[in-house]
Amino acid sequence: MLVNSGLEASARQTPDREALVCGTRRLTYRELNDAANRVADGLRQLGVGRGDRVVVHLENSVEAVLTIFGALKAGAVFVPVNPTVKADKLLYLLNDCEASVLVSDRRALPVVTDAVSKCGALNAVVLVGECTGDIGIERHPIVWFAALASTEPPADAADRRRPIDQDLAALIYTSGSTGRGKGVMLTHANMVAAASSIQDYLRNTPNDVILDVLPLSFDYGLYQIFLAFNAGARLVLERSFAYPTALLDLMVREGVTALPIVPMIAALLLKLDLGAYELRSLRYVTNTGAALPTAHINTLRERLPHVRIFSMYGLTECKRVSYLDPAEIDARPGSVGKAMSNVEVYLVDEAGRRMDHGIGELVVRGSNVMQGYWRSPEDTARVLKPGLLPGERVLHTGDIFRIDDDGFMYFQSRTDDVIKSRGQKVSPREIENVLHAIPGVAEAAVIGVPDPVLGEAIKAFVTVTRSSPLTEQDVLRQCAQALEDFMVPKWVEIVDALPRTGSGKVARKALGRPVLP
Amino acid sequence: MADMIAAEIKEFVVTNFLFGQNGDSITNDQSFLENGIIDSTGVLELVAFLEQRFGIAVADRELLPENLDSVDNVTRFVSRKLEAQGAQIAG
Repeated sequence: MLVNSGLEASARQTPDREALVCGTRRLTYRELNDAANRVADGLRQLGVGRGDRVVVHLENSVEAVLTIFGALKAGAVFVPVNPTVKADKLLYLLNDCEASVLVSDRRALPVVTDAVSKCGALNAVVLVGECTGDIGIERHPIVWFAALASTEPPADAADRRRPIDQDLAALIYTSGSTGRGKGVMLTHANMVAAASSIQDYLRNTPNDVILDVLPLSFDYGLYQIFLAFNAGARLVLERSFAYPTALLDLMVREGVTALPIVPMIAALLLKLDLGAYELRSLRYVTNTGAALPTAHINTLRERLPHVRIFSMYGLTECKRVSYLDPAEIDARPGSVGKAMSNVEVYLVDEAGRRMDHGIGELVVRGSNVMQGYWRSPEDTARVLKPGLLPGERVLHTGDIFRIDDDGFMYFQSRTDDVIKSRGQKVSPREIENVLHAIPGVAEAAVIGVPDPVLGEAIKAFVTVTRSSPLTEQDVLRQCAQALEDFMVPKWVEIVDALPRTGSGKVARKALGRPVLP
Repeated sequence: MADMIAAEIKEFVVTNFLFGQNGDSITNDQSFLENGIIDSTGVLELVAFLEQRFGIAVADRELLPENLDSVDNVTRFVSRKLEAQGAQIAG
């Protein structure tokens, strides 16, 4: 089984059922699979072969889905990138993964031009959008997506070196403690295993309609396309949750049965009068990324009593770990349940000794566990450690959990200072690196502060050099020019000095304390 | 009147979402969402600003791109709300 096998099977079994709805466009399984085949042929003609990296820098769109499946069908590795990425970071990602092709949008041309003009090895830049006007990028040929997607298969079409499930399918970058992100290496087998375990508890059918408002650059949003297509269900893909009432109307119109959310979306949803919408077809809501506050769970249960709520836990390095049986949610609202099928979890204490109950770092064992971080053996060795069997590696999550006597898992804290904002992990270090590069900034420290909508909001404390006229707004602006949207601090405070621990390190905990006026 | 409203809205967006970047970087008909200017939480901040600055009430049902997704759309929306309020007071 490959990641793209599910789409291909559904295209054979139910070719005329709708697979993908995005804005005004509706594609059946046959149409979607045929179009993805043409994109695969187009990518091959650009020199993309087995194992090559295709960077997908697109908003949620039909083209994004086609590029992902086109890359997979060509035997390549897709690399989803947040559409709000800025030029320096995009350049870093293109170089780090040694991309063969970048697929982006004409609207992102300023960022793309800036990035790829400094990037050596790239076969081509593919742009979605109207192919009008004279657009050129120094050193790199531009191909329009429309042309790519209408490629006729070459005479020697079939790539004889067909991928197997041990090949990489995706590199998904996560915010890193060093540099600007680490690429999580996932094979077809890893992703198929994760999707299959998730399907075991969600039990999607061809009658399901999944609304995906989460970016495909975020693994939670990404997996919805595989879960939907594996089940022969319909995926309704949207760009954002910015206009919740428009989306509730859409849910009614499309008869949506499944809604994956992060706590931020729950907070936005609960501001609205849900009773005004006919949501009887809604079967389940899933939440992950960060814990759903108990108050939100209770309100959702009150307003949508017929809807099953799945509280889940996972990390990009293995996609998903656990889920709470919806029947348990009223009794155990703070738990993320137990390991999903085909996955084993246990705790280790500080000495690395295994415990099945108590409090310790969570370890995950299963076919869903990644191969490591792309070209980062040291980072990999920190999280993938020897397991039970010779050669086996298990994932040390860096998350401290409590497991009770009944085996239910409760998240406690991180072993590092990673921030969870909008359901995504953000390494303070990555933001601090950007802050340190701002002329006039002497020192910087970044923490997460509780926020009713975002989960944690990012707050930066900076000290400036004596003569610097730098203002807090200047710092925010420069952050916004360098970081993806979800990493831009909500607050910046210029302070005289950062609190220190005895050993001279920045005392982050002291930063989090409210300052008395 | 509409010009003044448009200028204020643009100033708010530039100050709060572009953090004071050159105001020329957006045009009045540009979609905030499609151009990555405002995200999901930004829409709520924009609405809070409109309610406070112009003394209008924005209903859930009005949280739509037609009303809020560009300087032009917001200007039309606010003008319409203000006119309706004016008519009410006058009536």
